[in-house]
Amino acid sequence: LIATFPNIYISTTVQYIDLSINQSAINLQSIMVFEKDLNLDATELRLGLPGSSEESLRISNKRALPDMNDDSGVAVAKKCDQETAPPTKAQVVGWPPIRSYRKNSLQTKKTEAETGGMYVKVSMDGAPYLRKIDLKVYKGYPELFKALEDMFKFKVGKYSEREGYNGSEFVPTYEDKDGDWMLVGDVPWEMFINACKRLRIVRGSEARGLGCVV
Amino acid sequence: MPKRLASSLSYEVLEHVFSFIQSDKDRNVVSAVLCKSWYEIERWCRRKIFVGNCYAVSPKMVIRRFPQVRSIELKGKPHFADFNLVPDGWGGYVLPWITEMAGAYPWLDEIRLKRMVVTDESLELIAKSFKDFKVLVLASCEGFSTDGLAAIAASCKNLRELDLRESEVDDTSVHWLSHFPETYTSMVSLNISCLGSGEVSFSALERLVSRCPNLRSLKLNRAVPLDKTANILRLAPRLVEFSACTYSAELRSDVFSNLAGAFSNCKELRSLSGFWDVVPDYLPAIYSVCSRLTSLNLSYATILSPDLIKLVSHCPSLQRLLVLDYIEDSGLEALASNCKDLQELRVFPSDPFDAEPNASLTEQGLVAVSLGCPKLQSVLYFCRRMSNAALVTIAQSHPNLNRFRLCIIEPNTADYLTGEPLDVGFGAIVEHCKDLIRLSLSGLLTDCVFEYIGKYAKKLEMLSVAFAGDSDLGLHHVLSGCESLRKLEIRDCPFGDKALLTNAAKLETMQSLWMSSCSVSFEACKLLSQKMPRLNVEVIDERGPPDSRPENCTVDKLYIYRSVAGPRFDMPPFVWTKDE
Repeated sequence: LIATFPNIYISTTVQYIDLSINQSAINLQSIMVFEKDLNLDATELRLGLPGSSEESLRISNKRALPDMNDDSGVAVAKKCDQETAPPTKAQVVGWPPIRSYRKNSLQTKKTEAETGGMYVKVSMDGAPYLRKIDLKVYKGYPELFKALEDMFKFKVGKYSEREGYNGSEFVPTYEDKDGDWMLVGDVPWEMFINACKRLRIVRGSEARGLGCVV
Repeated sequence: MPKRLASSLSYEVLEHVFSFIQSDKDRNVVSAVLCKSWYEIERWCRRKIFVGNCYAVSPKMVIRRFPQVRSIELKGKPHFADFNLVPDGWGGYVLPWITEMAGAYPWLDEIRLKRMVVTDESLELIAKSFKDFKVLVLASCEGFSTDGLAAIAASCKNLRELDLRESEVDDTSVHWLSHFPETYTSMVSLNISCLGSGEVSFSALERLVSRCPNLRSLKLNRAVPLDKTANILRLAPRLVEFSACTYSAELRSDVFSNLAGAFSNCKELRSLSGFWDVVPDYLPAIYSVCSRLTSLNLSYATILSPDLIKLVSHCPSLQRLLVLDYIEDSGLEALASNCKDLQELRVFPSDPFDAEPNASLTEQGLVAVSLGCPKLQSVLYFCRRMSNAALVTIAQSHPNLNRFRLCIIEPNTADYLTGEPLDVGFGAIVEHCKDLIRLSLSGLLTDCVFEYIGKYAKKLEMLSVAFAGDSDLGLHHVLSGCESLRKLEIRDCPFGDKALLTNAAKLETMQSLWMSSCSVSFEACKLLSQKMPRLNVEVIDERGPPDSRPENCTVDKLYIYRSVAGPRFDMPPFVWTKDE
């Protein structure tokens, strides 16, 4: 609004460290080397609230889902029963920085959408994202499979009671109310949608030996 | 300019010359720098003023300096108020301004406010005091109800623009739209997209639209159903901007063809937004206008990538796109190949609080747009992973970037390829993009990135920092290096007293500094406040008096801004200054 303020000299009793750039460059380099040597564990999670201590904020390589960096194409070593959800975090106020207006819009949409539906999460080995689908909108397995095929770009293949999904590269499985992982398609549809807690599309090789209802 | 020459130009000539100088910055130079007569002339003919911080100056001072203002823009709360970091009741009240201006500026015709508390009393005062009132913009404001809107509607015969973007309005069940008299026909731009469903009467809206032939921008709220949308479009075929409304669940061919027909009538439509609850089957209804669209806001639409790709492939003239991460990398690649005029891209997260990503959107999408869209200047991008390599590619391919805001959702996320901090990547951004005026950082960052910023970001005006840095050195680099810095907002960084006090003088050259959950002590705040009388140093702490806590306890939130108005009189109990 108004022209520049004159520089003001401050004399205080506080001791200042020498903040010259040259010295700081050397210090920075040594800090960078130090951090590399630390080799922070890729899966180390700290749950301290922000600001509580510097260390609690030093999380490196977060959220690198193992599947994404898996170059060799070997099926991921995660077993079905090992797939645990990450620990719930205390939500940090104001983070991520999304305006209240937008947050409220998302919230309304979520509650409107989720009442009356049977929403389950769907994941696929190798895909770095999840989907949520409403099982109620599908009339049976053929429709469900078509939707999954469109969503994740794969083919379910032929199902037989004896051999399961023989010859398919990917196989749909689900976790039932007891926590067991089953092949999708082995029980009547109505029973399935009531029992299904979440879906996972696994690589064909993984699906062998999965519990089936006899 | 030699003194002789300046005084030989008559008042009328100079005033005419000044009228061509529109930008605030240039007008300030004219009035402040050159000579007394120019100062005098400029202040009498200044019609438009912008006050970036309503507490930097008092209304009386503004009125004394500029006696003939017609248009004012005021901003209140700091930017981080958008993310709930500023407690309710902090301030930003507009009533004192309206009260003063009601007497001093009877010809005031434009008021634009952002992040301010506006009461019905203020709105009623505006309606009563300014006979020729034309423009009211309330962006992200709160504190008023439909009663206040009714007062505006009833009294402002020449109102051209009423824009309530993203404000919070209380519904008092008053049918305020009906308060526009039947003789009122001046509306040019109406934005009521923030209103709830109870607050708008369709018939009043239709009557209003049908009698305002100059209506060019119409942004309705969510609750207007599709058949009403078609009706309204048919009543206003000359619209340039339109915010579409709720789409019904199932495709009905009669509704569809009615809607498609209505849209095809609108030959001047350039900007579309809204799209809440849209069902993809209805999207083709807008295809007839897509080729001319320059701005598209789909950031409330849960349309998935395949439908988004179809849509953007119909929009070759697109300059501005706001969208959710449902667009995915594949959608952004399609955008990059179809929309060569793209200047601004904003990608928001559909599920920001879920630990797992629910859409395949990564840094690759941004890189694709960067490489494919040569005119890209402004980026706001939420994602879950980033690499230095991607940032370097973006920086090198886009030296003309002027706004770059990246939000990696998980704090402290490192380069996913190398495990390293993202210092080098952001360093490349500031080094190559020499015209960068706004930057937001995220991810794992050390003091190093701030060294780059201090060294290269010479035109940077606004910087947002969260969960970054190692020590005071980081803050010092920014304050000592960024010559054009006006606004700095920081949260959850280990920056403290030393950097702040060393750079106290710099703070007077800036508009404001926000620091929350950092390492600043109350002692340092008091010291700063004592030494810098032209800074207001506000400690915002709801836990109680800051000096009742141990010496080494840090303040919760700190807001420092320069002011010629002195300490403000409307501070709530949780704001502490040195005089407490």
